[in-house]
Amino acid sequence: MTLPTRSQPGTPANRSYEAIWRIESARVIAALARRTGDVGLAEDLAQDAFIAALEQWPQSGVPQSPGAWLVTVGKRRWFDTLRRKGTIEGKQADLARQAEVRQQLAGAEFDDVDADVDEEVGDDRLRLIFTACHPVLPREARVALTLRLVAGLTTEEIARAYLVREPTVAQRVVRAKRSLSEARVPFELPPASQLEERLDAVLEVVYLVFNEGYAATAGEQWARPELCLEALRLGRIIAHLLPAEPEVHGLVALMELQASRLHARLGPDGEPVLLADQDRSRWDPLLVRRGLAALERASELANLPGNGRGLGQYGLQAAIAACHARAATLAGTDWARICALYEALAQVAPSPVVELNRAVALSMAYGPEAGLEVVDSLVPDPMLANYYLLPSVRGDLLAKLGRFEEARADLERAASLTRNEREQQLLLDRAARMPPAAGPRN
Amino acid sequence: MRFMMFIYPKVQGGTAAAVEQAWMPPAEAVVAMTKYNDELSKAGVLLSLDGLHSPDKAVRIEFPSGKPPVVKDGPFTEAKEMIGGYWVIDVKSQDEAIEWAKRCPIGEGAAEIELRQVFEMSDFPADLQAAARAAQK
Repeated sequence: MTLPTRSQPGTPANRSYEAIWRIESARVIAALARRTGDVGLAEDLAQDAFIAALEQWPQSGVPQSPGAWLVTVGKRRWFDTLRRKGTIEGKQADLARQAEVRQQLAGAEFDDVDADVDEEVGDDRLRLIFTACHPVLPREARVALTLRLVAGLTTEEIARAYLVREPTVAQRVVRAKRSLSEARVPFELPPASQLEERLDAVLEVVYLVFNEGYAATAGEQWARPELCLEALRLGRIIAHLLPAEPEVHGLVALMELQASRLHARLGPDGEPVLLADQDRSRWDPLLVRRGLAALERASELANLPGNGRGLGQYGLQAAIAACHARAATLAGTDWARICALYEALAQVAPSPVVELNRAVALSMAYGPEAGLEVVDSLVPDPMLANYYLLPSVRGDLLAKLGRFEEARADLERAASLTRNEREQQLLLDRAARMPPAAGPRN
Repeated sequence: MRFMMFIYPKVQGGTAAAVEQAWMPPAEAVVAMTKYNDELSKAGVLLSLDGLHSPDKAVRIEFPSGKPPVVKDGPFTEAKEMIGGYWVIDVKSQDEAIEWAKRCPIGEGAAEIELRQVFEMSDFPADLQAAARAAQK
């Protein structure tokens, strides 16, 4: 499954069609999925329609409403297939299915370029998002499918962003579509009783995409901002579709605030710059403002009477990010509040990684010993056995306490544990800067 | 990438009344524009937008050589293009920005849109980046 091959790749007209695809594809796929009940089929039909567009638009010009045009053409393709199937399977006993096909065909002949691509589009897109992030799919598949169906990325773009080969992504997408179809996953919104859990799955996918961009786990680039921007865009779309869900706004807030630092955390030669060393004047004020506004919305919604649960894991992380955003300097940061927020976060989403972050906040608020105590309690945790940030943080705290040799060993160990080359270099540089052991020590 | 989308309402004739008219769109145009803004927002591309007061309230500050700045009050009827407002959008390509601009509900000849890419620090040459960094320290 790649985007249609183009006779003249990169011509201005084709680039403009691709931009239309990017804007319209999710709506088109969603509208077709509502009719066919099958997301995989809907995407194939949408692709077919786009190929038809690439052939016809150069002569006919771009239609007034390109989205509706694509839906109509996709629908016709579907009816053609159904018709053919009807002939082939005509003798089969599946009468109910045949009746259904006949009914669909009858409806098809008359509604021409239909307007319903504009109707209930929100709900359709929401169905599409929930389907792409369906729990029957493995995480990787949810990510690939969401980027492809909802964000309108090509397999080639996804492959480039994730540093994998295009056929790998293509296969992942094909397999995911097959799984959905085999599991007969209906194209519908989750029932209210499951909404929270299913929404968690959606937000998880969005945040996975963001994080892969923000802290690239592999490769020579320290961050891949294009993935952050895709995730942000997805988050903003979902916030529009589910405006009453505090955690959606919490996640958007978190991403806007973190993205505001994207430029500042990249040095002149592409090397990472840690929060403590960032030039805060380079934080993007527009994204900070948007992030704080989204956080405010999340807090208001979370504290509505009846909701009463307070901020969730994303909202709390956003609140922590907001403490940084509001502080003019590292020293001027409200570290005590950050400690409290991490504590709340550990209640909502307990994890050794949260504990590790809390340790950093404690060290900033109350001194390196306070942090080290928590870090040391985490060392035996098997979940953190190969987590490079544990020795990295520990090394830092040890260095602050003047225990340079232990610090060096930890920083070197951290370097050996990360696959990101930029980060590795940063850690080795820090290890090399540790003063040599000199004279007797206590 | 980030783009600013400027709208230049067309003023028919250079009179103050014409300017006023261009800045007071009919209700249906406002409704259409609100829908458009909502579309941008729903697509996750809209970062910010503002409409600007009419240019007869504009003030210009000129910087003649060797003299202090000169403040001039509007209207500036000689100006052909006056900004009516702007959007800031975040998109993947200039083509996507163009596509969004094309969808703006502008009545026949009522306005023009100009797209300008927003400078990122990385768009500046290395020496300028270094100078900016030094100035901030």
